[in-house]
Amino acid sequence: MTDFPRTFADALLSTVLDVAPIVAILLLFQLVFLRRKPPNLRRIAAGSVLVLVGLALFLIGLENALFPIGRTMASQLTAPETLGAERLADGIDWHDYLLLYAFAAAIGFATTVAEPSLVAVAMKARDASGGAVHAWGLRIAVAVGVAVGVALGCFRIVTGTPLPWYIIGAYIVVMLLTFRSSRSIVPLAYDSGGVTTSTVTVPVVAAIGLGLAASVPGRSPLIDGFGLIAFASVFPIMSVLGYSIAASWLARRRKSKLPKEA
Amino acid sequence: MCRAGTNPEKQPEDVTQFLSAMLGLTLSSVRDLAPIILVIAFFQVVVLRQPFPDLLSVLIGLLCVIAGLTLFIQGLESGLFPLGEALAQGFAQKGSATILLAFGFCLGFGTTIAEPALIAVAAEAAAVAAEAGAIVNDDSARATYALELRMVVAVSVGAAIVLGILRILKGWPIHWLIIGGYVLVTTMTVFAPAEIVGVAYDSGGVTTSTITVPLVTALGVGLATAIRGRNPMIDGFGLIAFASLTPMICVLAYGMVAS
Repeated sequence: MTDFPRTFADALLSTVLDVAPIVAILLLFQLVFLRRKPPNLRRIAAGSVLVLVGLALFLIGLENALFPIGRTMASQLTAPETLGAERLADGIDWHDYLLLYAFAAAIGFATTVAEPSLVAVAMKARDASGGAVHAWGLRIAVAVGVAVGVALGCFRIVTGTPLPWYIIGAYIVVMLLTFRSSRSIVPLAYDSGGVTTSTVTVPVVAAIGLGLAASVPGRSPLIDGFGLIAFASVFPIMSVLGYSIAASWLARRRKSKLPKEA
Repeated sequence: MCRAGTNPEKQPEDVTQFLSAMLGLTLSSVRDLAPIILVIAFFQVVVLRQPFPDLLSVLIGLLCVIAGLTLFIQGLESGLFPLGEALAQGFAQKGSATILLAFGFCLGFGTTIAEPALIAVAAEAAAVAAEAGAIVNDDSARATYALELRMVVAVSVGAAIVLGILRILKGWPIHWLIIGGYVLVTTMTVFAPAEIVGVAYDSGGVTTSTITVPLVTALGVGLATAIRGRNPMIDGFGLIAFASLTPMICVLAYGMVAS
């Protein structure tokens, strides 16, 4: 952090380079096909600059403050020393890693709450539904899904059970929940699976997976280190659908109770 | 009601109002980041019993994260969302589905091909494939594999946005398409080489970047609002869902072809 202006300039440059293709495509279609200036262009341009500067600052801060500690912690919590060497002598058992599951769930939840793209989708959902979808409630539901998913994904790496069983099992639950859910929440729930795994969550969760696969005997980081992101993308779909089913069930129950009490 | 003090329609009239809006946004950024700070502090101090390395630089970093998130959210409301909506309205008035679909493909392809997370995953996938003996284990073979994989994923995201826009235009129900995709993924998992499966499943999650998501979501909701007979909640969402499903299918297919 000593050389802040330079770090900031580098981060800003790489963010601008990441967005360059988007800007090029937008300009091409705007100038060639639409040929109509969007209203309040100046405000949009100012907002886009804010997005770029904000994202660059956000990434520098994460890179300097949170990711190094998160990665060190992931490797420390997966290291054999933390578990006690004498216990490992008689082979590995899945409950030797309870502390790690707790960390995985907690960090999965926390990184999801801080995920900027999820904030964006939640704001859009609140506006599109006219306030029926509560932005904060949606984000908590998604974060709970990620927490459960990542913890279960760690359990899978420790036990070495095949990844497809879990993911395909999760698909079946998603399908069943889909048919029980109201039609207006389903697209949003499917979307929330994809947005959770972004800037904040992926680096930390991937570090846990790779560290765990490297330290558990008999697992290879190359083969078993993958899959946590998949868990983190499927489970939020379940938790959002489950949340909406539970919410409408509670609302119905309250309604059916009211006349009796009156 | 969650992001107090921001109204997309109204520009702050004077400095005080602007400052109080920014203060409200900053407070919600602090709230958003509180869980991550608490979790890390708890495990660092209570569980691992270690002091923070270089506390000053951590604190400066935290200030950057909070300021960055605040500016980003402010920019979403005044920049990316109106941009996506303006595009959606422009395309709806123009009335040419072909141009709209071409735009969707370019947007999906262009934002994915340069995505840093995808570049990292493609390189790891090439290492996995080389380890498993599916390709020759040297630098050039791995580089070719990684580049081809990135192209496959980028094309599949482009195709996903096209399919998603088509769905909005036609008003198809989303769940049949997504469940069909799940069935396809399940079937292909049985036949694909085992070492590609983990990579394929993860590839769905890495394709949606922080700039693309707000833009694509605003575009979808904007289209569903502009087209008569479409509901923003039922038809507007779902583009991201397609963009996380098709890469899995295409990477599995690539693994089957490449081995």
